[in-house]
Amino acid sequence: MSRITLAHGGGGRASRHLIEHEIAHRFAGGPLEGLPDAATLRAPCTGLVFSTDSFVVQPLEFPGGNIGHLAVHGTVNDVAVAGGRPLWLSLGLILEEGLPLEVLRRVLDAVAESARACDVQIVTGDTKVVPRGQCDGMYVNTAGVGAALPTLNLDRRTLAVGDRVLISGPLGDHGMAVMCAREGFELDAAPRSDTGPVHRLVMAAAAAGDGVRFMRDPTRGGLAAVLDEVVDGLAVGVRLDEERLPLSAPARAVAELLGVDLLHVACEGRVMAVCAPEIAPEVLHAWRALPEGHGAADIGEVVAEPAQVTMATLAGGRRIVDVPLGELLPRIC
Amino acid sequence: MMRLVDGFRQPRAAKALAQRLAELGAALGERRVRLMEVCGSHTMAIARHGLRDLLPPNVTLVSGPGCPVCVTDPGYVDAALDLAERGARLATFGDMLRVPGSDRSLEQARADGASVRVFYSPAQVLEWAAAEPDQPWVVLAVGFETTAAPLAALALEIRRRGLSNVSLLTATKTVPPALDALVVDPALAIDGFLCPAHVSAIIGAEAYRPYAEEHGRACVVAGFEPLDILDGTVALLEQLLRGEPRVENRYDRVVKPEGNRTAQRAIARAFVPVDAPWRGLGVIPESGLALAPELADLDAAIRFERPVTAGRVNPACRCGDVLKGIIAPSGCALFGKPCTPDRPFGPCMVSSEGSCAAAWRYGRARATATTGRTE
Repeated sequence: MSRITLAHGGGGRASRHLIEHEIAHRFAGGPLEGLPDAATLRAPCTGLVFSTDSFVVQPLEFPGGNIGHLAVHGTVNDVAVAGGRPLWLSLGLILEEGLPLEVLRRVLDAVAESARACDVQIVTGDTKVVPRGQCDGMYVNTAGVGAALPTLNLDRRTLAVGDRVLISGPLGDHGMAVMCAREGFELDAAPRSDTGPVHRLVMAAAAAGDGVRFMRDPTRGGLAAVLDEVVDGLAVGVRLDEERLPLSAPARAVAELLGVDLLHVACEGRVMAVCAPEIAPEVLHAWRALPEGHGAADIGEVVAEPAQVTMATLAGGRRIVDVPLGELLPRIC
Repeated sequence: MMRLVDGFRQPRAAKALAQRLAELGAALGERRVRLMEVCGSHTMAIARHGLRDLLPPNVTLVSGPGCPVCVTDPGYVDAALDLAERGARLATFGDMLRVPGSDRSLEQARADGASVRVFYSPAQVLEWAAAEPDQPWVVLAVGFETTAAPLAALALEIRRRGLSNVSLLTATKTVPPALDALVVDPALAIDGFLCPAHVSAIIGAEAYRPYAEEHGRACVVAGFEPLDILDGTVALLEQLLRGEPRVENRYDRVVKPEGNRTAQRAIARAFVPVDAPWRGLGVIPESGLALAPELADLDAAIRFERPVTAGRVNPACRCGDVLKGIIAPSGCALFGKPCTPDRPFGPCMVSSEGSCAAAWRYGRARATATTGRTE
């Protein structure tokens, strides 16, 4: 058996074999034991944070990770930036007939390894197989539940002039890595996805006190889209400082070649925080002490410009930071 | 590679050039100066690096015809979509996707089921066509001289390999005829041209001589990095102050006076000049490139018997006058309503950094700033 067949989704022996021998054993020892139809869980707190995300990335594997890493980190990060400590995940798999089993194994290994590293349990799941051509290799859905952190009260309406904007690491590595892998660019120094969890960064920021106004992970649309949403309708805006933006050399090189703005490119392991100036140095210090926050930087401030995101450029000018229109397109001019 | 780029973005050097610009602005006194950056890549770089901020108040930088895709006539997009309906697979540069046809863009048509694939280099189409020999591929051949050269090479290679399933739908254009058309307008309120970088690498700096010598416009060829652009603007103002318009090549690390002869030869072998429609500007004589008679069977319009006809453009669109500096974007009756970046009519709005798109965005920013919306 080297490929997924429709029999793996038929509910018979092949299905059972796939689930028991390829999936369940990787997540043994938790509520998944015995394969009940639903997980029975005991909440350690009263407030819960709940989120879901679907993953359709192409290619399934890219420098720095695969769809399995993304599926865990994506939902863990959504729960985390909403102020939750991630606890449990569900794992829904839609597999295309013909998917090499080797690929599925590597993805499941990534899910197990990432879940362990994030200290979350895969507690329930589902697997379907669809005929060839009805999905692109595999799609993954995860839903996640976390315990609401009592000290964290995030609300973008609390932004005040003088607040600092922090980012936990270089921008756009994930999007550039996937683009290079998808288009088959051969580069000496290819960008690597930054896929990773941000919940420890969120908790480190929360520990700095109640000056944290807002946090968000800049995924699709990049930092530009996140900041635009943050200031939308507010009496304040954000001014970034281009000189302070952390950018990796490989991502910059690819972005320059394709005419893409890294502020528009997705990250999958970064978090942006807006916090009071008094606690910004402390948050930054705490972030940099963590491996995933090693490249953290203070990149701008909240200013009295209603609903505007602008950037002081390296050349000494100023520009509006726009939201990308849609799909990122390479330009001829 | 980034070391190369960073060399042209040093904040300290930028500051020195900005200082020089301020001095030149003061030296101009009461005189107001309008400069045009001809090329879309300059427009993008100027916006991205916020360079308009560094200009003295009496110097305005006007965006030229935008970019080659932005000036593509809607009729061309209509023809491409027709070919897709007849089963052709379209291969295109990415930024063509959002250029509006009379009714739809390629992006919308793709969602409706048309086969549209984006290439990074036209040569990729050779592989795609070889992999699917039974499928007809149509290359959307747009661009200025910079892309005309690789498109010429592609056409010649299709012929050499005898590939029968690839053809080109041409709307390739050349820059000098457009400048010729702009510069003879007596109402043109432009004192100098910041001449393109990549296009000039092909055609050579000498190509701009008539605009300086016959029409008295300052011409400076500049690269695309922020320091290049600031330096080019300094050179333009210095020329104007001296009252000696000429062609100055400040990008000689890439641009030669005579240009790239090999590329010029390839273009001359594959293409012949034809009159061509420019969105918002009308038909400009000899400004387009059609396939040469020996390659005419590679012309998709002939192969599919679907000539490119004029598309529907709103006659009230005044992009031509915006480009020439005769009116400001807000002087056009369509500006903002109904013409917006989401539903653009002319090239100044199609290009994300075109004069109208920029004016619309900055205008909206100001409006928000004065009303101070809160939740």
